[in-house]
Amino acid sequence: MTDKLEDIEIRLLLEALFSRYHYDFRRYAMASIKRRLQLARDDLGFETYSALQAALLHDPAVLPRLLGYLTVQVSEMFRDPSYFRAIREQVIPHLRTYPSLRVWVAGCSEGEELYSLVILFREEGLEDRTLFYATDISQNALAKAEAGLFSLERLQLFTENHRKSGGKSSLSDYYSAAYGRAVFDKSLREHVVFADHSLVTDAVFAEMHLISCRNVMIYFDRDLQNRAIGLFKDSLARKGFLGLGAKENLRFSEHSGAFIDFSREEKIYQRWAK
Amino acid sequence: MSTPAAVVIGASAGALEALSAILPALPASFALPVFVVIHLPHNRKSILAEIFSAKCRLPVREAEDKEPVVGGTIYFAPPDYHLLVETNYSLALSSDEPVRYSRPSIDVLFESAADTYGPSLIAIVLTGANPDGADGLRKVGEAGGTMIVQNPAEALAPEMPRAAWAACPAARSLPLAGIAALLLGV
Ligand SMILES: C[S@@+](CC[C@H](N)C(=O)[O-])C[C@H]1O[C@@H](n2cnc3c(N)ncnc32)[C@H](O)[C@@H]1O
Repeated sequence: MTDKLEDIEIRLLLEALFSRYHYDFRRYAMASIKRRLQLARDDLGFETYSALQAALLHDPAVLPRLLGYLTVQVSEMFRDPSYFRAIREQVIPHLRTYPSLRVWVAGCSEGEELYSLVILFREEGLEDRTLFYATDISQNALAKAEAGLFSLERLQLFTENHRKSGGKSSLSDYYSAAYGRAVFDKSLREHVVFADHSLVTDAVFAEMHLISCRNVMIYFDRDLQNRAIGLFKDSLARKGFLGLGAKENLRFSEHSGAFIDFSREEKIYQRWAK
Repeated sequence: MSTPAAVVIGASAGALEALSAILPALPASFALPVFVVIHLPHNRKSILAEIFSAKCRLPVREAEDKEPVVGGTIYFAPPDYHLLVETNYSLALSSDEPVRYSRPSIDVLFESAADTYGPSLIAIVLTGANPDGADGLRKVGEAGGTMIVQNPAEALAPEMPRAAWAACPAARSLPLAGIAALLLGV
């Protein structure tokens, strides 16, 4: 069967995005990419994907607008509180035995997951010996993460999540409210390195004891997911931990043999050393 | 008409009763995959798969990301994720923003399934109190698929099938018993 015209146009558009700007969405899960490209095309006022492609190639100002549609910034602090409870109660006791720790939050969005882990590590007394890497491909999201500002309306949910995760302090200890926003304390960023890093095109950069990569790989196709899991495998120290999103798993990955289930419920895996 | 290859179902208020008149009626020999989106209150543990496992002769599961589609299986979208079907016949989940206040969204499922199955898709909009599913059903129709709405007069909450019918006048409106019978005949 021949491809539908729109599928051809989408393939060419993604190819153009990669050749011209090195953003590689070619092996993302197609069904959602299509939905978001359709939104982008309609909102940005183009008749066809080909017209959008022409604009993208000739006008760099189109790039950030398109990227805003292609990356999904949906997150919460302590999203799925039971995950953070499992990190606190089951993973932390292992991590305590190391004199120094490295933690990688891959696909950190606007920082919700990062701040959750930093706060958790502070509560558990491990922050001082830990270096956190927070990476994403969205410059915009990284800038926001680095600023540590969240709309105050979201704090009720974050506070509730934090409490359910077994939080030992009050979330309000970590931010001050100003102009409708919660400004998170800059001391929380003292042990954090923010970096532009793509799980599609970039390489391993340090040895990690815990990698948290949640709701990022669901946007990848299976090959790409394999690539990312391969990076995690190579990056993790012996017996290091990998935490995924609530509906993600390693079952369909060629690297699943390198990991054991640590918490099946919470999708936390441990790197198995041969 | 092409041979049917898959079924998608969307429902909201009144969904459990309506689905109970359809899914348990399917015989163990039913060969098509069935994908179901139900709107539920925002809670994160779904018991849908459990409830229907006990009642159905087909295997019932909550969809997992990247899982290959298996015929004769009923898949429920997990709470708080969109469910999509990829053209390589595997499932995909996404945590994109809610669409028309809903996640999972019926429109999102229907649209991706229409893309994958084209004229071989049967899409069914059941009872519900919001218009999710109307856009998706229209896409199914545009791709040549079979459009069915529950007879609004019979639906516990008529707004959803009514909106879908208004968007797709060519859809057939059937009572639950008629929908079950139609599926038994494929
Ligand atoms: C849905 S958010 C998940 C946020 C957070 N981890 C959570 O679970 O709440 C997905 C994030 O992945 C990022 N992302 C997408 N493609 C990526 C890639 N190739 N490498 C790294 N991050 C990526 C997006 O920019 C976005 O910030």
